[in-house]
Amino acid sequence: MKAIIQVENFASSLVGTLWTPIFVGIFIAIVAYALWPRNKSLFDAAARMPLRED
Amino acid sequence: MTSPSSVSKSISKSMTMGEAGLASGLAVFAFVSFLGMAMGHDAAFSFHAALACAASLISVVVIGNRYLDRPAELPPAEINGRPNYYLGPIKFASAMAMFWGIAGFTVGLIIAMQLAWPALNFDLPWTTFGRLRPLHTSAVIFAFGGNVLIASSFYVVQKTCRTRLAGDLAPWFVVVGYNFFILIAGTGYLLGVTQSKEYAEPEWYADLWLTIVWVTYLLVFLMTLVKRKEPHIFVANWFYLAFIITIAVLHLGNNPALPVSFLGSKSYIAWGGVQDAMFQWWYGHNAVGFFLTAGFLAIMYYFIPKRAERPIYSYRLSIIHFWALIFLYIWAGPHHLHYTALPDWAQTLGMTFSIMLWMPSWGGMINGLMTLSGAWDKLRTDPVLRMMVVSVAFYGMSTFEGPMMSIKVVNSLSHYTDWTIGHVHSGALGWVGFVSFGALYCLIPWLWNRQLYSLKLVNWHFWISTIGIVLYISAMWVSGILQGLMWRAYTSLGFLEYSFIESVEAMHPFYIIRAAGGALFLAGALIMAFNLWMTVNAGRASETEGTAALQPAE
Repeated sequence: MKAIIQVENFASSLVGTLWTPIFVGIFIAIVAYALWPRNKSLFDAAARMPLRED
Repeated sequence: MTSPSSVSKSISKSMTMGEAGLASGLAVFAFVSFLGMAMGHDAAFSFHAALACAASLISVVVIGNRYLDRPAELPPAEINGRPNYYLGPIKFASAMAMFWGIAGFTVGLIIAMQLAWPALNFDLPWTTFGRLRPLHTSAVIFAFGGNVLIASSFYVVQKTCRTRLAGDLAPWFVVVGYNFFILIAGTGYLLGVTQSKEYAEPEWYADLWLTIVWVTYLLVFLMTLVKRKEPHIFVANWFYLAFIITIAVLHLGNNPALPVSFLGSKSYIAWGGVQDAMFQWWYGHNAVGFFLTAGFLAIMYYFIPKRAERPIYSYRLSIIHFWALIFLYIWAGPHHLHYTALPDWAQTLGMTFSIMLWMPSWGGMINGLMTLSGAWDKLRTDPVLRMMVVSVAFYGMSTFEGPMMSIKVVNSLSHYTDWTIGHVHSGALGWVGFVSFGALYCLIPWLWNRQLYSLKLVNWHFWISTIGIVLYISAMWVSGILQGLMWRAYTSLGFLEYSFIESVEAMHPFYIIRAAGGALFLAGALIMAFNLWMTVNAGRASETEGTAALQPAE
């Protein structure tokens, strides 16, 4: 029983510790996606979406 | 219910699942509400049950009549290859926004005058500051702001996805159901029904009703996104979606409560002690972050480019702006609980994230302002655009002030003083109010296919309200800092220099200035209501070119 609690504590503290790098990693990936040169034309078109009439 | 001729004409006509389901569901709800009215333990509960009963019965009749009047086919999703946009619910929510705006600003003015002249409480329970204050905050935030957000989100999601809004009755259920929630919440405050959580005052049955309405809102919005004709999801829709989802999570997290009786209005919240305080301000600050910020940023990202006829300055920045805001805002709540029983590390965490929030906030502000590049001259000629651009400037100002006030040493001076009220109103009047006014000045002519009745009146509205805001916030800054300094002043012998009542006396002139500012803001909104009324009812059709000619496809 004690061992299970120890494993649980270890797992939960590991997840608790890892959230920060995971979130930072996701955020860096988003910034890279936003700034990636090949995506420029997509975003330039998207910036004009409100202006387009249908 | 038997039939006018319209039924016999079309043999194949039948009720949709939605019509039959909603009508029968509401009929059952009317019966349950009737029982609640008869058996309620307190008068306020019985009154609310009676309102629910009446509203359900009226809705059943309206749904039936709508069915009898409509052709056998539901409106097509497209006409001649163009999306057939669903505008009825948006018109309703826009009109309600204007109505609740006037109501909320009026109650705000009344309570501002009560603070200056306490006799205006009239010694009646229903008109005391304690009951009118939540009426004011809920009316301006949830009733005015909420209707602007629902209306503009339903408009923007259709236009930028180039598809008709999902659902037939569901969008109507959202806008009418939401306004019914406002009615229950507001009348409840006047009757003394409250769970005493700031910005989350409505009791358990109103909370449950809002949950149903809000989940429907989320589904309508999501299903419209799912059937979009446009491959890319425009950034404004991301902001709207974050607003809808987060408000759902916040509402459920903050409001789990056990009613004393299912036939009474009183309940007890599940959370206790400091956990309750933490949940409350996790909710409270993210209501600011996701209701009053993310939702209105969505308005900024659609309406400013559209009105200025310029693309968004940097779409890349808008993506980073969005995700930085999402990642950071959710942690900032503890700055409302500095120097309380909340653990010190949690307070510092809240402060740190609040300071970090300055970056995405200003990124967004720069993005909004720079969208004007190449069109700055329009600020001189178009007061609607000017209103929205000034709102973004206020956004920048209050998102600088907020992080500063979250720093503990600053907070030790500002907390519990009028400085907080000044800060809130520079954001609420300047940012949320002005961007909403700008959006309504655009939206109403687009929806009714009219030209705006008078740009000159918009100009009057702009200047009167701006002077009102300046009076309001500068009065509160001075009075807040004065108040904070008086509370912490010691004599050379170590005694407090001022009694509390002396600080109250010192506030009096600033409270009068504040009320004057509020009166000007209300006057501006009345001019706006007249202008929009005339636009719809006496306005010219929008064929001719003019400033208001930024039309949706006719």
